[in-house]
Amino acid sequence: MALQDKYKNLLDTAKASGVSDLQVAELDGVLHINGTAPSGDVKDKLWDIYGQIDPNFLTGDVVMDIDVATAVAGAKVKVITESTNLNIRKGPGTDQPIVGKAAHNEIVTLISKMNEQWWLIRTDGGAEGYSYAQYLQPV
Amino acid sequence: MKLRHLTTSIMAIGLFFMIACKGKPKDSEIMQAASTAVQSIPGVTADVKEGVVTLSGTVSTEDEKTSAENAVKSVKDVKSVVNNITVTPPPAPAPVAVSADDSLKTAVADVVKDFPGIKVDVKDGVLTVTGEAKADRWKTLKMALDALHPKKVDAKGLKVK
Repeated sequence: MALQDKYKNLLDTAKASGVSDLQVAELDGVLHINGTAPSGDVKDKLWDIYGQIDPNFLTGDVVMDIDVATAVAGAKVKVITESTNLNIRKGPGTDQPIVGKAAHNEIVTLISKMNEQWWLIRTDGGAEGYSYAQYLQPV
Repeated sequence: MKLRHLTTSIMAIGLFFMIACKGKPKDSEIMQAASTAVQSIPGVTADVKEGVVTLSGTVSTEDEKTSAENAVKSVKDVKSVVNNITVTPPPAPAPVAVSADDSLKTAVADVVKDFPGIKVDVKDGVLTVTGEAKADRWKTLKMALDALHPKKVDAKGLKVK
């Protein structure tokens, strides 16, 4: 329970911000938080609060996986690489051949989600394939 | 003359009954007020018979059961409350699903390749992060690693610039 107290502000904000399917469970001294945020802003806010409670996320007592509800098939997503182009691959995996690229900050269409990590996307230029979800942010 | 007297009597009796009826609270009115009173507690329903409210349904805590009863008690014209609400605690939270090491290793390799200077080891579901990174890059990586559902992300050995 001590962990839930430590991260009370985070959990309260998650509830108040309309995070659905919120699951909070403790396992071996690590608080696991899962849920679906109604928007990318809410997800960002939760990560900011987490960072305030545990600066630089170094304690390692939380594993938080927040999905964004707006990241659904047909939605527009933005390429949020650090500066480079995003690889679009034939299949879900870095061992798959590259079939195209999406520019940094380009807006692409999310066609479907293979899993949490690999999303099938299409650029306005017509390139279609799998990209790493970490670099795609719902707009 | 006789007929007129009779008519007056009938009217008087009728009036008496109307007043008498109005003076007695109607169950339907109590029912409405009681239902409104318990509206905030989902799963609870109220039934009224001659001013006696019977509460039924299922809630997850004893507090909810008591507060439903108190809310209804304060409703006008309620004579008494029969609290038939059952308390069923919510099921224990689903156990945490931790990914297997094999799938974690593959996924971690995909994530980390874009983070030069950082190494992530996988053992028994625990991801141990070492190396050094800028704060915002580490945040991005931490978000990606947490999404893989590890048991723990241990970054004590990481130097954040």
